[in-house]
Amino acid sequence: MRFVDEFRDADKAHALAAKIAALCEPGRQYKLMEVCGGHTHTIYKHGLEDYLPEPVTLVHGPGCPVCVIPMGRVDDAIHLASQPDVIMTSFGDMMRVPGSGGSFFDANAEGTTIRMVYSPLDSLKIARQNPGKQVVFMAIGFETTTPSTAMTMLRAAAEGLANFSVFCNHVTIIPAIKAILDSPDLRLDGFIGPGHVSTVIGCRPYEFIARDYGKPVVVAGFEPLDILQSIYLLMLQLAQGRSQVENQYSRVVPWDGNPVALKAIGETMELRPYFEWRGLGFISHSALQVREKYAGMDAERLFQVPGVRVADPKACQCGEVLKGVLKPWECKVFGTACTPETPIGTCMVSPEGACAAYYNFGRMNRTRVAEAEVARS
Amino acid sequence: MTVGHDHQPGWIGEALAQHEQAQHEQAQHEQAQHEQAQHEQVEAGRRTQLPLADREQQVLDRIDRARRRRPKVREERVTMSHGSGGKATHTLIEAVFLDAFRNPLLEPLEDAAELAVAGGRIALTTDSYVVSPLFFPGGDIGDLAVNGTVNDLSVAGATPLYLSAGFILEEGFGVADLNRVVESMRDAAAAAGVQVVTGDTKVVQKGKADGCYINTAGVGLIERDVSLGVARARPGDAVIVSGPIGDHGVTIMLARGELDIEADVVSDTAPLNGLVAGLLDAVPGVRAMRDATRGGVATILNEIARAADVGVLAVEDDIPVRPEVRGAAELLGIDPMYVACEGRLVAVVPGEDADRAVAALRAHPLGAQAAVIGRVRAEQPGIVQLKTAFGGTRIVDLLVGDPLPRIC
Repeated sequence: MRFVDEFRDADKAHALAAKIAALCEPGRQYKLMEVCGGHTHTIYKHGLEDYLPEPVTLVHGPGCPVCVIPMGRVDDAIHLASQPDVIMTSFGDMMRVPGSGGSFFDANAEGTTIRMVYSPLDSLKIARQNPGKQVVFMAIGFETTTPSTAMTMLRAAAEGLANFSVFCNHVTIIPAIKAILDSPDLRLDGFIGPGHVSTVIGCRPYEFIARDYGKPVVVAGFEPLDILQSIYLLMLQLAQGRSQVENQYSRVVPWDGNPVALKAIGETMELRPYFEWRGLGFISHSALQVREKYAGMDAERLFQVPGVRVADPKACQCGEVLKGVLKPWECKVFGTACTPETPIGTCMVSPEGACAAYYNFGRMNRTRVAEAEVARS
Repeated sequence: MTVGHDHQPGWIGEALAQHEQAQHEQAQHEQAQHEQAQHEQVEAGRRTQLPLADREQQVLDRIDRARRRRPKVREERVTMSHGSGGKATHTLIEAVFLDAFRNPLLEPLEDAAELAVAGGRIALTTDSYVVSPLFFPGGDIGDLAVNGTVNDLSVAGATPLYLSAGFILEEGFGVADLNRVVESMRDAAAAAGVQVVTGDTKVVQKGKADGCYINTAGVGLIERDVSLGVARARPGDAVIVSGPIGDHGVTIMLARGELDIEADVVSDTAPLNGLVAGLLDAVPGVRAMRDATRGGVATILNEIARAADVGVLAVEDDIPVRPEVRGAAELLGIDPMYVACEGRLVAVVPGEDADRAVAALRAHPLGAQAAVIGRVRAEQPGIVQLKTAFGGTRIVDLLVGDPLPRIC
């Protein structure tokens, strides 16, 4: 398949693996965080870790939009969906995320109508077809999906559609990265920057990581060779004692981002004073809410949302996994009480969640390719 | 307001309680092992924590034991996941149906049951069809209902003979559409050489069904001296698919029209009895066959690994997938390995017969792209591994829930 196979070429991967292995200084360990869940998924799906020498380990970051939604927000969403004459729409990933009383699937079995959509725009179609119902879109995601929610709101406003609203759970990645950098129990050497988020916000917002924290950042694409090349670029920076923001994904990511998308977000949404992240707790100015101007499209204003806070189960160590302090398998309930089938923590739900990716794809002793072995000798 | 977490609500609490009990049962065993290991380390003069790889292995062993625990349906109600052919479906079948009906004929959970009747052997199977839309590129619910049951009999090594057909029709369903469906069934039955010999009709109120559901059951005669079953797979065996995978599932997803993606794919629905006969003629020692319907090839590989307690290593580069299907699956974020086929089979044959089996399959038009996709091995019993095209390895587990597209 063109434009895909070129980025999955095993020969090129072997060559990169050898270069990465050659950059390892004897006795030094390298911990690199891939911030984005899409990267985690690619890494496991293609078995990319087999190409990394033993001193190089990847830490899976907080960039899975589903995984950071706290239980209370899921409960609130189910509460909204169970109001009379409400159809809720949601991305498929959200459907199995457990609230305290079950997931959207369970809620549907109890009588709510929560429909899976592939794009927020599909919600408008449903709203037009069901004029007697209020269609509430469960909006989740980082800057990657926020513009599509914003554009959907603008489209609804232009059409004068009165029965569409948004339950806004959009979050922003920079405060989360900052929270991780400030956390005392963490040692990271560099970041693989989130490619899709960067198509919207560009590369500038990461400059403080390189400047103030001295950690290199390489914004990466989502094919396995993209990630491997980004790891090489990070290792090169570390070997040369540099810390800069580099853009490996320049075929898609403009340095200054996408001004049209940013404008649409700014028009419809504003920062919340604080928002709870699963496992990371409350982070200030880390999420978005609907602007006053679009209050008629804000489900939180249209309905009474209980806003119940549900503490994460004690045994669940999602927070440590999200911060990269624990590997997924080091969590006490990993794979036994908490499985993709019956997820307790959200990291186990989405295929992009660190735990689900590790459980589904990575649960084995890795056999490293010969080129990656070189570094040991 | 904060809800306390000492008493977790519902199934989470239950899962944790179950987990703790299992932990407790393992505790002594692990403690003993740990003390032994520590003792050995002290003996060796260096008291350190267990190496990382060993601790990971302990966790993996624990997960392995958890996976082998008796399945239990935790949900209070049936959800859509229970119909997806993945883990939840397996749990439902084993914990509810198998538990209630348990008998030696049902227990192998093969596509058809093998029965001894008056000195002969017959195969019996049944399947219900609820596909939406009813008509799709390459077929419709009618030929699907015939081919599906013919195939379940065929992969049991039987010659399909007679089918029943039960219809559940929704008030308001067009008679012209019903005629179309039934004519399609007639043609499919003729093509497969079977007869529909008994049936049933029910009509339900509007809104209580979705147009037309069909159930077919079938009987076939097992004339050959074969004994088939996924539990018979042995290390060294070859795993074969009869053609490109995922065509049917992707066709249906696109035909629903929710995705605004157009691709030139048609369903692969077809009767496999001719193909199977050719294979069994060439390789009488075939160990097992399955038609790769719901849950796709990945699910069958897992069923092989579990039933025979063997490992399976598949090679992504060797798995035939049409470029259109690969492209659509890539866009949707789903894996063709889990996508349903309706005219493809997976066969396990002794390693030395692999070439002959592939040649026999390729001699039939439906098997023109047959290929060996992997090997059965003794290592990592119960686990299916995939050598990825990129050159890495990963686990291919049973699917959890619907094949949901990823959002970014």
